[in-house]
Amino acid sequence: MSIEIRHLSKTFPNGFRAVEDVSFQMETGSLVAVLGPSGSGKSTLLRMIAGLEIPDRGDIILTGREATVLSARERNVGFVFQHYALFKHMTVRENIAFGLEMRKAGKEEIRARVDELIELVQLQGLEKRYPGQLSGGQRQRVAVARSLAPRPQVLLLDEPFGALDAKVREELQEWITELHDKSQVTTLFVTHDQHEAMSIASDILVMNKGKIEQEGTPLQIFDYPATEFVAQFVGETNYVDSHVVEPELAVWGPFKYSVNGYNVGQKVRIYFRPNDVYVTSREESLQVKGKIIKTRFQGPIIELLIDVGAEKPVVAHLPKGLSIASGFVEGRQVFVGITGFHSFPL
Amino acid sequence: MMAAALRVAETPERPKSLTEPRWVRWSLTAVALVFLMVFLLVPLAVVFSEALSKGWRVYLASITEPEALSAIRLTLLTAAISVPLNLIFGLAAAWSITKFQFPGKNILITLIDLPFAVSPVISGLIFVLLFGARGWFGPWLDAHDIHILFAVPGIVLATIFVTFPFVARELIPVMQSTGTDQEEAALVLGAGGWQMFFRVTLPSVKWGLLYGVILCNARAMGEFGAVSVVSGHIRGLTNTMPLHVEILYNEYNFTAAFAVASLLAFLALVTLAAKAYVEHRFHEH
Repeated sequence: MSIEIRHLSKTFPNGFRAVEDVSFQMETGSLVAVLGPSGSGKSTLLRMIAGLEIPDRGDIILTGREATVLSARERNVGFVFQHYALFKHMTVRENIAFGLEMRKAGKEEIRARVDELIELVQLQGLEKRYPGQLSGGQRQRVAVARSLAPRPQVLLLDEPFGALDAKVREELQEWITELHDKSQVTTLFVTHDQHEAMSIASDILVMNKGKIEQEGTPLQIFDYPATEFVAQFVGETNYVDSHVVEPELAVWGPFKYSVNGYNVGQKVRIYFRPNDVYVTSREESLQVKGKIIKTRFQGPIIELLIDVGAEKPVVAHLPKGLSIASGFVEGRQVFVGITGFHSFPL
Repeated sequence: MMAAALRVAETPERPKSLTEPRWVRWSLTAVALVFLMVFLLVPLAVVFSEALSKGWRVYLASITEPEALSAIRLTLLTAAISVPLNLIFGLAAAWSITKFQFPGKNILITLIDLPFAVSPVISGLIFVLLFGARGWFGPWLDAHDIHILFAVPGIVLATIFVTFPFVARELIPVMQSTGTDQEEAALVLGAGGWQMFFRVTLPSVKWGLLYGVILCNARAMGEFGAVSVVSGHIRGLTNTMPLHVEILYNEYNFTAAFAVASLLAFLALVTLAAKAYVEHRFHEH
């Protein structure tokens, strides 16, 4: 186990409870994302693991060693900041060598290790540049190389691609997975971007208001949200407020949902994803009638807003080809069904 | 403070349709230039021409006579003591203000500006009230035969007081904009406190620091008011260059007065050149 967190809590002097009783474990060599909205405490959690913030309560165990009381310099973790935090007055080479010099490595060893890292992050030829002469993507590569140089037990990345434009971000996301495969260093990264979390991480911790809402693989998080927050935060979703009319049956307008574990009369909130909505032009079983009031082109998919006689239109995502072939245009009458949903008590 | 205020970005070429009429542009420029001529260039020219009005020989004699040399020495000594002390104070103050949260932080920021707000004469009087014969510490100092007022220590103290805002005021905005990211990165990479300071913090503020030191030095050498109050004007002992100029002038020894003044003006020009160079480097980073 590379990282073990037990009952970690942190309240800031202004009374803001950033992290509340968080516990989790990370296998050696895994790549895990902490996903959450801004202010959910994910960065504070990461900074506490690095030793940049002091927790009020709880334990941090790094590779089996109690690290809660160790200072940042003693923890041997790599940390990558959102805005790179490169030393502006040092060249790329000097930046990468810094951690090795601080750990009193020999000259020859430093030279060899820096060469190795420059190759690993593909920055050959830029060794003598200053950070000001590099693009955002190159700077973040230098930052990653710098943090890996002293061979940390754990690599922590705080919104590492947040400041980059979409194209570079995608490139670097791919690159960091490759890098992780090569280096096998236990990596924990923080992001508010669910696509980033899903495409990079093998496991995701979803955080909200200082607490972990769910821990699981991207598939588990997406298909089986454990809490209402996860259901509405991860992926796009429709939600409707429904009530249970007979055992195991809730209704909302024309829709019927088979639910269990609720009492008759109880209110429930039903979440279903736009891609779990199916739309046909001829009526099939368990469908309701509706009218397309708006279509939005979104590249490979087309988003349909369908009025089914409820207070809110249903959002459906259809592959572009299917939608066009079926002649789904604004004003068209269609039939709507739902293939999957999640219910939470209100 | 001044670095930010005086910095002029390259003026972008504006399309004809957006710029002011020619007469407005020309008269504004003319006003600025005439003002500069009357209040800066003409006096500067007068200083040098008056100083040399009786020839090189007299000029050299007036700046090499023992009392002038003593004034030059004292001025340099005062700067040599007060500038390093204010460098250390300024660094400490800027560091604590930008990196820590503590009660009374705003009061400290306001207090740093105090010497700018108070007339230099008052600044001098403060030391008279503290160390003078009837001051708080006067009798005790007298009893122990320690001379602060009307002696070099008093002049140095008054100069330190008058010049202490410069370094801190320059550094605070620089340190604020640099933030703490680079320092945190250094700590995580295994740097200790001193290593972090000398390898990361200091290099990242060095141009701002140097700029503050130059301004501080300029003021330390040129300060008149506060030093005048505490010095006692003892010739050859407690006269700095500005005080020496005043004495010579009051004695109608105009050539000598202007000669020493020209030396001060020359020091100011050197400072200005150094300042321009540092400013240039400062904004490159």
